[in-house]
Amino acid sequence: MSRSLFEKVWDEHQVCAETDDTPAILYIDLHLVHEVTSPQAFSALDAKGLKVRRPDRTLATIDHSTPTLPFHKGMSPPYASDANAAQVERLYANTAHHRIELHGWESPHRGVVHVIGPELGATQPGMTIVCGDSHTATHGAFGALAFGIGTTEVGHVLATQCLLQRKPKSMRIHVSGQPGPGVSAKDIILAIIARIGIDGGTGHVIEYTGEAIEALDMEGRMTLCNMSIEAGARAGLIAPDQTTFDYLQGRPHAPSGAEWDEAVAHWSDLRSDPDAQFDKMVEINIDALKPVVTWGTAPDTGIAIDAQIPPPKTASDAKALDYMQLQAGQDIAGAKVDRVFIGSCTNSRLNDLRAAASVMKGRRIPASVTALVVPGSVIVKRQAEDEGLDKVFKAAGAEWREAGCSMCIAMNGDKGAPGELIVSTSNRNFEGRQGPGVRTVLASPAVAAAAAVTGQITDPAKLKQVAHA
Amino acid sequence: MPETYPFSSRSFVLHQENIDTDQIIPARFLTTTSQAGLGRYAFHDWRFDGNGMPRNDNPLSGCDPHTTSILVTGRNFGCGSSREHAPWALLDFGFRAVISNEIADIFHSNAAKNGLLPIIAPQSAHAWLMEHPGAGIHIDLESQTVEIDGFDSFHFDIEPFAKHCLIENTDPLGFLISKMDEIKRYEEARA
Repeated sequence: MSRSLFEKVWDEHQVCAETDDTPAILYIDLHLVHEVTSPQAFSALDAKGLKVRRPDRTLATIDHSTPTLPFHKGMSPPYASDANAAQVERLYANTAHHRIELHGWESPHRGVVHVIGPELGATQPGMTIVCGDSHTATHGAFGALAFGIGTTEVGHVLATQCLLQRKPKSMRIHVSGQPGPGVSAKDIILAIIARIGIDGGTGHVIEYTGEAIEALDMEGRMTLCNMSIEAGARAGLIAPDQTTFDYLQGRPHAPSGAEWDEAVAHWSDLRSDPDAQFDKMVEINIDALKPVVTWGTAPDTGIAIDAQIPPPKTASDAKALDYMQLQAGQDIAGAKVDRVFIGSCTNSRLNDLRAAASVMKGRRIPASVTALVVPGSVIVKRQAEDEGLDKVFKAAGAEWREAGCSMCIAMNGDKGAPGELIVSTSNRNFEGRQGPGVRTVLASPAVAAAAAVTGQITDPAKLKQVAHA
Repeated sequence: MPETYPFSSRSFVLHQENIDTDQIIPARFLTTTSQAGLGRYAFHDWRFDGNGMPRNDNPLSGCDPHTTSILVTGRNFGCGSSREHAPWALLDFGFRAVISNEIADIFHSNAAKNGLLPIIAPQSAHAWLMEHPGAGIHIDLESQTVEIDGFDSFHFDIEPFAKHCLIENTDPLGFLISKMDEIKRYEEARA
């Protein structure tokens, strides 16, 4: 029987098939752990006297509660609160006690969990990957079945390396066409979410297919899969191909030698059969797509950057417009910007920073705007500095910070002030997401950089040429 | 975990759609390492202003979970993050069930595991409940029935194993551990 990529990965990981009475027992290849959603799970294990069953399949990092302000080696990190510090210390203690690999402050690989998994080569095609974090879908870019779980389930995986799961439905989103200039993976996924809605993928695993997807590099594919949850889907994946293999080869956790060849042979079979059935199918063409920005307080409110804000269709839309202090019919371009955030598991990788830097280069951020650039990992930070991107950001007047989730979730002290409008490369524009009363506009790194240097929402293509030094 | 079924209470209606987990419990309260006492943060920024003072436009104004422990909300409740702190906060606040016509996947899974019943109502019942705050509601988990005073009753779906665990007050982790031989065989076969 023909099967989709998702079904192949699912079938390969069933320890026990589901019955009427019980869900399937699904084996988990890689469990990613961070400080926010794990402490209660470790406590539950300890209370029951259980050990972590497969520390070798568990990888931990600190990212959400960690400050991004630089600090000198040997000094304590400048945590925003004692609670932030205690949460990180708890993960140190839990991972030491259970012998789990932790990428803490001293690790050259520390960073946002969904940045370092792929960077280390721990994320691989055909795997099942979970984390107590809804943006685990990011790892689907490699053809892995990757999804976010709650803390109770984190405990289940720690104790048994398995999860109880009912099989989700499947959905295919086929993306044809070629992106125009200035259109990135972020614009494609914002357009997809705007099309299918914030709950368009609920109950489904999405497979992204089509020439526009195949043309994306791995960073773009990660940006795309990352926001599957913003359309309600717990997981989104892309069949692995040569682009995937080229990215992984030589990374610390990736197989090598004969094992590499064997792995690639297996990974090459990981694609949906031509006649595979999906519960839902959507087709999108991106030939005419322009950079996308959101106007509302849900991620499905994306519109073209040269478009007008649509009239409210529901009470929620009207409430969102009121919160955002925007008017229906108004051009979204030109809206005044107070702050810019470039970072997060969606858009904090090297190419994202390159895109932002290419817009900021030779320009100055006005005094009315604060801009924060937060690399996704220590590695990304070093690579960016090797290319001199940090100098571009600093010369423009942006702050160049240490790796972390930062202002995407705004629980580490990095946040906006009430009423501010932030153009953000992150994934959620919910009310208060970046601080109480903060208004968030989601956008690509290039659009965020253009907002920083102009102080308003601006299509980067409309910026006047500057003489690059 | 609330353990007695069936139970009865009045509804409290939140008229919004897409109530995300950042509204249910803002991320800055996730710095805890415990799951206790999160009720004070439930819908915190809807209830309190930046100075910690009660807001005049609080949509939960008048909500006393002792008498209104069944939350009725618009479509797609609990969208957003995987934070289990969301059902922990709602339970600690005093809610025992959420009725909507759509509930987001991860929240749904987290809620059921903690005994906050996630109930998907048919459109007609949902529409009626949204228009009748304070309606008397009786929830029987065993028969998977919701009875509404002054309106039709309806049957709701719940994943059978989650139902079993709630009624028997059983930890699903015990079931997984009981399958350890199968798990080990699976690992050996793949090695």
